[in-house]
Amino acid sequence: MTAITIDHVYERRTEIPRVPLTREVRVELRKMFDTRSGFWLIASIGIAGLLATVATIAFAPDKDLTYYNFAAAIGFPITVILPMVALLSITSEWSQRSGLTTFTLVPNRRRVVVAKTIASIAVAIASMLFAFAVGAVGTVVGSAIAGTSLVWDLSLGHALTIVLGNLTCLLTGTMLGMLIRSSAGGLVVYFVYTLLLPTLSGILATSQSWFKDLQPWVDLNYAQGFLFEGMDSGAQWAHVAVTVTVWIVLPGIVGLRLVMRSEVK
Amino acid sequence: MITIDSLTKTYGHTTVVHDTTYTARAGRVTGFLGPNGAGKSTSMRMMVGLTPPTSGTATISGRHFADLPNPGREVGVMLDASAQHAGRTGREILTIAQQIMDVPADRVLRMLELVSLTEAEAERRVGNYSLGMRQRLGIASALMGDPPVLILDEPANGLDPAGIRWMRDLLRDYADRGGTVLLSSHLLAEIEIIADDIVMIGQGRIVCQGSKADLLAAAGTVVRAADILALQRALSAAGLPSTVSGDGSLRTDAVAALVGQAAYNGGVVLTELRSADSGGLEEMFLELTADTQRERTAA
Repeated sequence: MTAITIDHVYERRTEIPRVPLTREVRVELRKMFDTRSGFWLIASIGIAGLLATVATIAFAPDKDLTYYNFAAAIGFPITVILPMVALLSITSEWSQRSGLTTFTLVPNRRRVVVAKTIASIAVAIASMLFAFAVGAVGTVVGSAIAGTSLVWDLSLGHALTIVLGNLTCLLTGTMLGMLIRSSAGGLVVYFVYTLLLPTLSGILATSQSWFKDLQPWVDLNYAQGFLFEGMDSGAQWAHVAVTVTVWIVLPGIVGLRLVMRSEVK
Repeated sequence: MITIDSLTKTYGHTTVVHDTTYTARAGRVTGFLGPNGAGKSTSMRMMVGLTPPTSGTATISGRHFADLPNPGREVGVMLDASAQHAGRTGREILTIAQQIMDVPADRVLRMLELVSLTEAEAERRVGNYSLGMRQRLGIASALMGDPPVLILDEPANGLDPAGIRWMRDLLRDYADRGGTVLLSSHLLAEIEIIADDIVMIGQGRIVCQGSKADLLAAAGTVVRAADILALQRALSAAGLPSTVSGDGSLRTDAVAALVGQAAYNGGVVLTELRSADSGGLEEMFLELTADTQRERTAA
């Protein structure tokens, strides 16, 4: 009798190591760039930064050709676009339904969100370094063209609060991504958050005196302004802490719970 | 091996999957068969942790999916071939899977070859793929980590006949090497071609399960004779009830051996004796799901 041996390849299993967070971050970073829309969204940060530099040199009055003004002009597109990058990296898992694959390769959804957040922060820091570097070039070139003296009017402390301000913008996107889990809806709410609410708050503050003192405590955008313009009092830090907690951290916790519990279809 | 124990899913007052218990064994292809909306996809989503079950458990090689350290190397999953970012190329989707699983980079090319996607096709964005190409890409992605278990939801959808044959050979070979395959379909013919074991589900309940051979035998026997009346007498003499089919053959629930013996005892010459295979299974499929399926037969 002939013995037929079948190659049972699937019985020689050894314990496979857990997927490390660094690998997840690397893959999530890759996923931010590997679609046409993702690539151009991030490329637009660079393009807008260069245009802002040129515009500042061309149109700003000579006395404004200072490092802070350059860095602020270049940094502005970052504060608008980066939150969208962070938001879309989360919502696309639902809207494009790629989550079916993502969450079966990494079932721990909290880790996926953490990896995406770290990847977004990495892009943010790279973009800000880019902004500070292009700003320096703009300052040198701009003052050379205008014949003014170089003004380096950005302290390290101020630079750090700008970085912090950018991160609060970025995390607004992350939070909304988790909370809404739909690309279109998420972007709409994002613009309500960053354009509509600050405008309403501004109108209210100018027309209602009782709201004027309240505004820094309830208006996230207003409090973020302190971080970008430079902090000069402990009260401002308190305003930032309160508004970030109410508008970003608390809804973020709700959003994370929804991400953990929602069905992925 | 996939073990499902009392798995249940309820949405509000609607029970989509009702207390289901079954297994998919290693070395076998298990077909998960049921009409549309029977609860197949919900069951499969619960197996891989995308949908939280209301009660019951699903384990893969004895572990919950969420506890697998690197799931892609343990379970190949394809739940919906179209659920991919349309802006990524086929190669990019495979590369992402390859990187997260940490398998050698050359597996991307090998998997593309395995599923017969050309280099040029791999460079195209998935939004431009046909359903058949997406299915192939999904299979490539599921096999990337060389997992011992495969869970595939409607993998033959959108494949042409040659594609279905290719998939059958692929899964046959995979199971023969010791792999566990659970695949769903709403088409009996597909399951019959590919599966060794069948789990039939209708409106969230398991209506029958077993090896294909057993289920076919249970579907009864078709027997034909030159003298059909003599045959019927011989069968009833042996205590085997039978019915005359439209095509002039007799159908009985007894196994072929008993029918043959009865015919021999009655001195009847048979012209045909076989298990009521496909037709029988289909009849059972329709019968078992009759009170649960959407289409009601006009009386």
